[in-house]
Formats: sequence, structure tokens, C-alpha cells
Amino acid sequence: MFKIVSAQFLAENIKKFEIEAPRIAKKRKAGQFVMLRIGTRGERIPLTIADSDPLNGTITIIAQGAGRTTHELNQKEAGDFIDDIVGPLGTPSHIENFGTAISIGGGVGAAIAYPTAVALKEAGNYVITINGARSKDMVLLENEMKSVSDEAYITTDDGSYGFHGFVTQKLQELIDSGKKIDYVLAIGPIPMMKAVAEVTRPYGIKTVVSLNPIMVDGTGMCGGCRVTVGDEIKFACVDGPEFDAHQVDFTNLNDRNRIYGKEESASDESFQHRCRLEGNN
Amino acid sequence: MHDDNHKETYTMDNKTITTKERLAIPRQEMPAQDPAERVTNFKEVNLGYTAELAQQEAMRCIQCKDPVCIKGCPVNIKIDEFIHLVAEGDFLGAARKIKEDNVLPAICGRVCPQEDQCEKECVLAKKHKPVAIGNLERFVADYERETGNVKVPTVKAPTGRKVAVIGSGPAGLSCANDLAQMGHEVVVFEALHELGGVLMYGVPEFRLPKEIVQQEIDVLREMGVTFQTDIVVGRSVTIDELIEEEGFHAVFIGVGAGLPWFMGIPGENLVGVLSANEFLTRVNLMKAYDFPKSDTPVFDCKGKNVAVFGGGNTAMDAVRTAKRLGAEHAYIVYRRSEAEMPARVEEIHHAKEEGIEFLLLQNPVEFQGDDRHWLTGVKCVKMELGEPDDSGRRRPVAIEGSEYVLPIDMAVISIGNGSNPLIKQTTPDIEVSKRETIVVDVNTMATSKENVYAGGDIVTGGATVILAMGAGRTAAKAINEKLMGTSQSYDEW
Repeated sequence: MFKIVSAQFLAENIKKFEIEAPRIAKKRKAGQFVMLRIGTRGERIPLTIADSDPLNGTITIIAQGAGRTTHELNQKEAGDFIDDIVGPLGTPSHIENFGTAISIGGGVGAAIAYPTAVALKEAGNYVITINGARSKDMVLLENEMKSVSDEAYITTDDGSYGFHGFVTQKLQELIDSGKKIDYVLAIGPIPMMKAVAEVTRPYGIKTVVSLNPIMVDGTGMCGGCRVTVGDEIKFACVDGPEFDAHQVDFTNLNDRNRIYGKEESASDESFQHRCRLEGNN
Repeated sequence: MHDDNHKETYTMDNKTITTKERLAIPRQEMPAQDPAERVTNFKEVNLGYTAELAQQEAMRCIQCKDPVCIKGCPVNIKIDEFIHLVAEGDFLGAARKIKEDNVLPAICGRVCPQEDQCEKECVLAKKHKPVAIGNLERFVADYERETGNVKVPTVKAPTGRKVAVIGSGPAGLSCANDLAQMGHEVVVFEALHELGGVLMYGVPEFRLPKEIVQQEIDVLREMGVTFQTDIVVGRSVTIDELIEEEGFHAVFIGVGAGLPWFMGIPGENLVGVLSANEFLTRVNLMKAYDFPKSDTPVFDCKGKNVAVFGGGNTAMDAVRTAKRLGAEHAYIVYRRSEAEMPARVEEIHHAKEEGIEFLLLQNPVEFQGDDRHWLTGVKCVKMELGEPDDSGRRRPVAIEGSEYVLPIDMAVISIGNGSNPLIKQTTPDIEVSKRETIVVDVNTMATSKENVYAGGDIVTGGATVILAMGAGRTAAKAINEKLMGTSQSYDEW
């Protein structure tokens, strides 16, 4: 059992949790994730570790209500318990002093872009962050991102805050300004990551994406998370979750993530319906 | 005493039964759920012997002077002695006799490939059918448990030595059992949220009820063994940290072979192609058969065509699971013939009874999909058997021009598992083979790293429950000798 120490909404439907998990807090490195299972009937879902406090033995996760489990998770409050959290899983981000590094987070992807930006900064990089959201009230970790960035940009799809447009437009602008960019990390929805890969490809800028395929165990056992990278099949849980963006077959990833689409919406709808009946939501 | 156990005749109900009469008793069939009914549920297929059936079957054993069946058992259960006790009606005595050598008889009685082990050696097999040793093992273990007579083994006084067991599958459980009995403090680390390893996530309920596995684990708990779930050794904590920071004097690695192999043919990443591990883990561990009451979904098999590629027990488990989930056609596609199938004969037999369609001597060459990249079919080529290969089995050779497309909606790949690279990556001083299995001294199961032992599938590659169990016990004995030897020398200083 893992105790939730604090829980707060960062934006509509996006909640941040600090959870007691001393072993994970001690070992966790940027880019790694946990598998989480709320209770006995629950499914196991992967969530990236946004931050950790080894002294207090806590980890921070940020979840966007997108399906049954994340909607249920987002109803949890400080003092509640999660049955199972296992990690830290996945290969940590490869961090070195690349020179100028851009960390791009789209939507809840900022939860992953942030710890990697911290690690890039610590390694001596000139760090630029681009934090993309639908609108102003959906911008996550603005202050945290700023605190580790030499340059911090916010983009909103509707122009309600920061740069009006997509993260890729901002990225293109930075490239066009003649700035020498050595490394790009992009985390967010699959179309965004794919678009970032296409922006940097012609310039040969090393670009890494963090993938979010379906997983059951998260330790290499099920192979559900296999992704096509170049000519090879990789397991995102043990070989990743970060891969060379220019090698990833995003179409295949997108297709494979849809296998349980029908079941997932049915399960989520019945959960939401029950919540409305019980007046919890 | 020993000779008394090897009587030429039995006396039952004041009647003496001669060897000839015993040979005339037919092998007692295992009662089972009706195939038409059982494909609609996940309950255990075999119902188990009654006491009468068990005694009848036990009387078939002619109590050989040189019981060769024992040599066929990887852990050398005293088969003749336990069967004699069954014939006499001393079922608890029989259960305890087995437990001298096998700590998980209710499990092994269900999943061991007896026809390749003890029953293969049975002298009756030459002229008659072999004694149903596995069915009898299962009966006495069930009898002991169901009558509430499971005895928690006596545990020796604490030795002050602490051992970490990584993995709670058959190897880890048997190792933990023996170490605890020897008086060592044992902590078992499990990566998943449930204990039991492959017995929980892999073998389906209809072949091995999960309750039995959990009861075996409860006995270990009563012996003082501690279990920690949600710990991935290599990630949550390393072996070096267990030894240097957490005070463990020895470590046993029994993590199994958990990285599923794929075939490397075109289209294998289409939507609807799964590993057997994923399919079975969803259904068994995550209870997807109960979706949406359970939150984990599984591919909707209702009215669909499902093909499972492979011929082992896992393939049989997967294809029978698909049938139970409502598949219209559930196929086994195997590149050799039935004789070469590694699965237990009983599983193949049960599968056929359940309407599983066997497409033998056929090999998939390409998966095909629609414009949404969902699987629609598999192109197979027909095979014929050529000369024997390294495994001694005749090598299948493709018949030119025999390709055809089998329409399927889901494909389950069940061609075996490799080793998870985590331990190797995080403990580089443990020597591994080219196949990435851990290299050990087979007499002690010691690895190249001091005080670290390993056993089960992580050493052998995919094998059986009983071999893993045997390895766990060998390691426990060696760990005990090492720790107690060390302890004595400390005392002498």
C-alpha cells in the first residue's frame, strides 16, 4: 500500500500527487516511470515519475484523466492509498552536456519534460523549454520549467497565453533564428512527437521522444509495448521509453495504442456514469 | 521396515490381491468436466480422483524391487512408497512421504509432464498403461489440503542468517521453503503485485486453480517467510544493495524466463498480434475474463478466429483460453507434427476435446492486415519433416508453393521466452551464457558472484515447474552449507 501525501489539481482534469514510495524515490532517475494499480480490480498503467524526494521518500506523479483508471486516480485525495506502485522502470534518459538542449512538453507531457530539463541543466546544458498546452489554464509546471531554463517558452493552441500556435512552430522559429541546437527531447501526444521529429529531421538535430505504448507488467514480460524503431522491434518498458525520434514508426505506435479503444471507452463510461449517480464527480 | 513397504501382495478388505490381479486393473481415468460445458467456464478441467479411484489406481503399482519411476522424477520422489501408502488408504502418510522431496505436490501433480518423466519409466508402460503417478500425487496433496491436514513444517532455531529470494515462482518458493526450515530469515521479492510467478500469470485457472498456489504461499508465511511484492530487483533495488546495504548474507535468483520471443516475420506488429505472455497475463493475473468487472481488457475473441503459434503447454493454455473467451475457431499452428509437440499429452488431449483445431506442419511467414493495420490473416507455408536437427527432432522443411492465407483476427505468439536483461545489466559480475541465461555450478547453483545463487528458467531457459523447484532446493542446501560453514568458522575465531 502506498500512501498519498498530497494531491492537487494543476489544471482541469490534471492532478499532481506526492506518494510515499521510499525505494522508488531513492533510485529514480529522469525519464523513468512506475506501473500503478489502484486496487484489486484495477489495471496496471504506466505513469512517468515527474519528481522525487529521496529524503522524504516520496515520488511525484502527474495524471491526466483520460480513461477509467486515470479518472479514478484523480478522485484520490491526500491520505488515500494506492495498492501497488512498482518502479522505477525503464532505462533512464541519456543525459550529457550536449550544448544547447531543448525540452518540449505537450500537455501532460510537461510532467516528463520537466525532470529531464532539470537533469539536462545539471549536466551543464544551455536549456530551452517549450511548454505547449491547449489554452492558458492547461499550462503545467510553468514556474518549475522556468526555474531550470535559460529560455522558457509557452505555447497555447488558442493563443490565450504565450506564443499562439504549436510547439513545432516555436521550435521552427528557434531553428530559423540561427541558434545552434544540439539536442531536442519531445514528450506529448503522438502527433506532436511525430511533428517534432519531422521539424528536426532535415537539420539532423539529435531528437529523442518518450513513448507511451500499452503495457501490462512494465518489466519486459508481456511485449505489449513493442514499438518499431528503425528495422528493429523494441520493448518500450525495458529498451525505452526514450527512443531516437527519427527512427520511431509513429503510425504503428498510434495503431497499436488503439487495440482496446472500444473496451476502454465502455469501461470509462460506466465508471463516470456510476460516479455521477453517486455524486462524486 | 523398508522391505515391508515393498510387499508382493496387498491385503484389502481381508482379500489378498496378487500381482496378476493388479495388472488386470485398468488405469483409472481422471474425472473431468464435460468438454462442451468447460469451454464456457474457467473452472478446473480435471475434477480429481475420489478416494476409491485413487486406491484402485494405487493398487496397479506392482511395487518393483528397483522402482525405476523414481529415476524419472527430477526430484526423486519416493514414488513406490507413497503409492503403497495410498493403496493402504493412508493418504496423509502418502502426502507427507511426497513432501520429503517435493514441497509443491498439488501443483506438480497438475503441471508436471509425467509422461516424459516418472510415468515414462514405469515398467507397466511397456505392456499396459503406466500407473497414473501424477494423478495420485495430485490426489494425496488435495486430500491433505481439503481435509485441513496441511502441516506447517517445523522451523529450526533462527540462525541469524538472512537470505533474499528474487522471484516467487516455483524456484523461489521451494528455495524459500527449505531455507526457512533450516532456520534462516527469508525475504522473497516479487516484481508483480501477486505472488506465485508463472503459476499465477501464466498457467490458467482451468489447469491450476489460483487458490492452491495461494495456499502453498500461506504455508510459507506461517513458517515466517516474508514477501515483498512490487519490487523489481535490478530497478527498485540491486543485488549489491541487498547484500551491502540491506544485510542479506546470500541471494537466490529465481526470476524465470520472462522476455517473450517473437518470430521476426513481416506484420508481427499489426494490431491483434500478441505474445502468449501478454494474452495469458491479461486473462489470468489481471482477470480480464471478467471485464468490465475487472478493469483490464483483453482482445474480444467472441465469434473471432484466433491462431496460437507454438506447440508447448503455454500454446495449449493460450488457445484453450481463447476458446473459453468465445473464439469461433481457435487454431494451434505448429511447424512440426504432433509427436514433436512439447506440450503435455493431457493438454493436447483436452484441447482436442474442446474443439481446438490443430494445423500441424505449417509455418507462418507473414501476418497481413487491413488499412487500419488490424490483423486479417496469416500466410502459412506447409512443411514436411526432414533430417533430425540439434534437438533430435526431425527438422521441418517448407514445401515450395504450398503457401495459403488463414483468415484470423488475433494471433498469439507462443514460441518461448528469453531472459530478462535487467539482472545482467545491473549486476555485471554475474556471468551469463550466450543465450543470456545465468551460468551456475549445477551441484550448488552458485553463480560467478560470491553468495549469489540462481535456479529455474533463468538458468535453464524455459523448462518445467519441477526442474525449477529442484534447482531451488539444491540452491537452498548449498546456501545453508555456505552460511553455516561461515558461521562455524566465525565462532572458531
